Amino acid sequence: MLFGMPIVWIILFGFALTTEVKESKIAVLDHSKDEMTQQLLQQIEASKYFMIDRLIDSPSEIESALEGRRIKMVMILPKDFQYQLNHQNTTQIELITDATDPNLANTVVNYANQIIRDFQERNYPQQELPMTINIESRMLYNPQLVGAYMFVPGVIALILMLICTMMTSVALVREKELGTMEVILVSPLKKIMFIVSKAIPYLFLSLIIVAMILSLSYFVLDVPIKGSLIFLFLESALFIFTCLSLGLLISSVTNSQQVAMLISLMALMLPTIMLSGFMFPIENMPRLLQVISNVVPARWFFTIIKSIMIKGMGIADLLKETAILIGFTIVLMAISIGKFKERLA
Amino acid sequence: MRTLSFLLQKEFKQIFRDPAILRLIFIMPIIQLLLLPWAADYEIKNIDVAIVDLDRSVYSQRLIDKIQYSSYFKLQVFELSYKDAMAYIEDETVDLILEIPKDFERDLTREDASTVFIAVNAINGTMGNLGAAYAGQIIRRLNQNIRMEWFQMPRFSPIKQISVTERHWFNPTMNYQVFMVPGILAILLTMVGGFLTSLNIVKEKEIGTIEQINVTPIKKHHFILGKLIPFWVLGLFMLTIGLIISFIAYGIIPAGSILMLYGFSALYLLAVMGLGLFISTITETQQQALLVSFFFMLIAILLSGLYTPIDSMPRWAQWIAMGNPVTYMVEVMRMLVLKGSASYHVYFHMGVVFIFALILNSLAVWNYRKSS
Amino acid sequence: MNSTEPVIIAKDLTKKFGSFTAVDQISFEVQRGEIFGFLGANGAGKTTAMRMLSGLSIPTSGEATVAGYDVYHQQNQIKANIGYMSQKFSLYEDLTVRENIWFYGGIYGIPKKELKQKIDALLHELAMTEEANTFVRALPLGWRQKLAFSIAIIHQPGIVFLDEPTGGVDPITRRQFWEMIYNTAKSGITIFVTTHYMDEAEYCDRVSIMVDGRIEALDKPSILKKKYNASSMDDVFVQLARGAKRGNS
Repeated sequence: MLFGMPIVWIILFGFALTTEVKESKIAVLDHSKDEMTQQLLQQIEASKYFMIDRLIDSPSEIESALEGRRIKMVMILPKDFQYQLNHQNTTQIELITDATDPNLANTVVNYANQIIRDFQERNYPQQELPMTINIESRMLYNPQLVGAYMFVPGVIALILMLICTMMTSVALVREKELGTMEVILVSPLKKIMFIVSKAIPYLFLSLIIVAMILSLSYFVLDVPIKGSLIFLFLESALFIFTCLSLGLLISSVTNSQQVAMLISLMALMLPTIMLSGFMFPIENMPRLLQVISNVVPARWFFTIIKSIMIKGMGIADLLKETAILIGFTIVLMAISIGKFKERLA
Repeated sequence: MRTLSFLLQKEFKQIFRDPAILRLIFIMPIIQLLLLPWAADYEIKNIDVAIVDLDRSVYSQRLIDKIQYSSYFKLQVFELSYKDAMAYIEDETVDLILEIPKDFERDLTREDASTVFIAVNAINGTMGNLGAAYAGQIIRRLNQNIRMEWFQMPRFSPIKQISVTERHWFNPTMNYQVFMVPGILAILLTMVGGFLTSLNIVKEKEIGTIEQINVTPIKKHHFILGKLIPFWVLGLFMLTIGLIISFIAYGIIPAGSILMLYGFSALYLLAVMGLGLFISTITETQQQALLVSFFFMLIAILLSGLYTPIDSMPRWAQWIAMGNPVTYMVEVMRMLVLKGSASYHVYFHMGVVFIFALILNSLAVWNYRKSS
Repeated sequence: MNSTEPVIIAKDLTKKFGSFTAVDQISFEVQRGEIFGFLGANGAGKTTAMRMLSGLSIPTSGEATVAGYDVYHQQNQIKANIGYMSQKFSLYEDLTVRENIWFYGGIYGIPKKELKQKIDALLHELAMTEEANTFVRALPLGWRQKLAFSIAIIHQPGIVFLDEPTGGVDPITRRQFWEMIYNTAKSGITIFVTTHYMDEAEYCDRVSIMVDGRIEALDKPSILKKKYNASSMDDVFVQLARGAKRGNS
């Protein structure tokens, strides 16, 4: 179960999660229905961004089209499209979007604009205005604009965080419940040794999970690992340690296994998804949330893993993030040990 | 009937005495609704830019000014070479480089054309693309202005041009919070319905009180109803709190039929609770129940179209999303709260969720055996 | 059902789990008002047998009636006419004493007005009036035990099943508990009790000893002691259990 879960998750999410626009369903209101509009519509249909879901016949249908669950944009082609272009040199296409998802709306409009420009180029090539500034753009690191490059590292961080923290916290609380914890704590064994000895098997398990997830990402999801594999594992081990200390802390504040689980999963899940930076850009968040996100360990690990995998960066570039994770681990451990000492006092 | 009323009394008392549950039902939704929507913001703004201006001409300065004054971008760095600028991309100080080559102005005025280079960090492909697109828009607009300064633009456009206008419905301010709130509400409802119900029943199994109930004349369906009804009521209560908070904190007023919203939510809760019930019949400990619930919950949340569009998923994933009740809840929430869609748009969803509720609850009841 | 018929009749009652026979063709009768002890080591099959009789489990073969109702087809009627107290006492820890009594009383169909009176009477009887609004989890084990027993008989059932009711409690409290049982039996309620404490066997009117799923002995304690030349029931049991394959005592 413990191994199965991450595998299913990484495959599902790796393939399914992306903010790219693909096959977005649109409706078209074509007032002209002439040769040109047909051509344009063909090009739209042919693009991977859009799928023409249906043709509507009158403006009154626009509202119900957009209110439904499928149509994300309505494209309105005016009367006499071809005629206007040929004789007046200009015509106007109107786009109406369902902007409940503003990001999608913007992206969809952007792609539509691209297609329309291409269409224009193709039909009236080599029109040159004087004094043209040409633009050459390069998409760095991810020329195909693949969503997985962003989401897979994010999902990896999320999965590790949840599973490792939960595993440890529950196991430790179980010991508490069974009473074995007491036995160990009163023994002359140093607390640190105790904690470390508990941590090692989980570290090992987690590293196996990491290996599984990474192989799946690389071989099945086609996400590159440009940087050093060894470095990647070392950083993962560090993050696992951070999660283990977090699990340790959780186990020290509750005596019930289910509460430990509840906290590890429920309390951590949404903040990790939303504040670690892979789902939503941190720089867009209000100051308060940016500050909070600094306290989410997954945020730092996400940067690290993304940089190693996609950018191929090395230890020199990731000093800050690594130091922060080390810091977290130490602080969490210290607090937990403090709490354990309390229990015995 | 009477048995049911005694059962319900006991259940409600127990729920309100359980601190974990109280925290989950009241505090967690409030905090999450208040904080999390602010995190969700894909708007293009404040993109950090590095400028490599090898021309240092009047026109290059104008371009730089335009970029600077746009809300999309924030100038961070001026460098002398592309290579130096790249260092800033690598440590993520900037996400976009604009390089203006030498003789930019001269080529433009004498050769009629010159080129600028944009390099953008596209790990987040969508943002990268949009960022480049907006930069392109700014450049083109400046271009047009320059042209008009030099030439008397004729009344008729000398070249054929298709112009495109855009209008954005339902959310004209392009506000992301508004978009996230209904979705988060849907998630919260799911957690109360699915999670807590299954936990609760398994807890009885663990403690042994379930055996005590089994010996009494309490019938199967009484027991199950006794478990479902309190959480169902609480779920609707949470929906109300959520809607109130949405109004106070974000000014969101449901644009569609509120009756429909509650009706659908009531049905939806039945479906998720059926799922929670079912899980409780196949697990022995609370831990197992939690683990199984959580496994499915993460999938249900991430594959519901809440964060990423379903249209963009591969076919097989879309099928999974279609089999995911949360997908329907999220869509209905958005349609009724944000778009003000006419109620008939939701009939399909109601039908699907009704079937879900029917199947899941039947499975659960069938599975739940009092006598082995 | 008239008052001379046995309240529990079991004939060749058997329960198998796959290839494992937990209860092997046991036959016996329990008379009204009897304190009937069902003894045996852990794993001998006592609990399984009792579960069949209380409508919790369907037998694999054999016959049994409880309070005149058939265990195969009339489980609901059985449940309405018996009381049951399980090993874990099964009181709701997060409810108060009063609330527990109210709940179970209501479940067994006692009308609300009458229930209120019964609660007060019961609290008085148990000397728990002060603790009426205390959470059960705060009560000492012995009190919980007595409370659970009282709740089990609150609806005046004809039979009450007690599954290892005295687990984990000191001998003095056990003695007090058995006094309650005596009084209850005197009022006409039949007591069917399982236990692995052999000294409690002395308290019963009749005792059956299960070994490996079968009844190896069934009689009054005094007769059994004579028959096996034993000074205590413990001795009797040791002799019988010598050949046992299952369980430890």
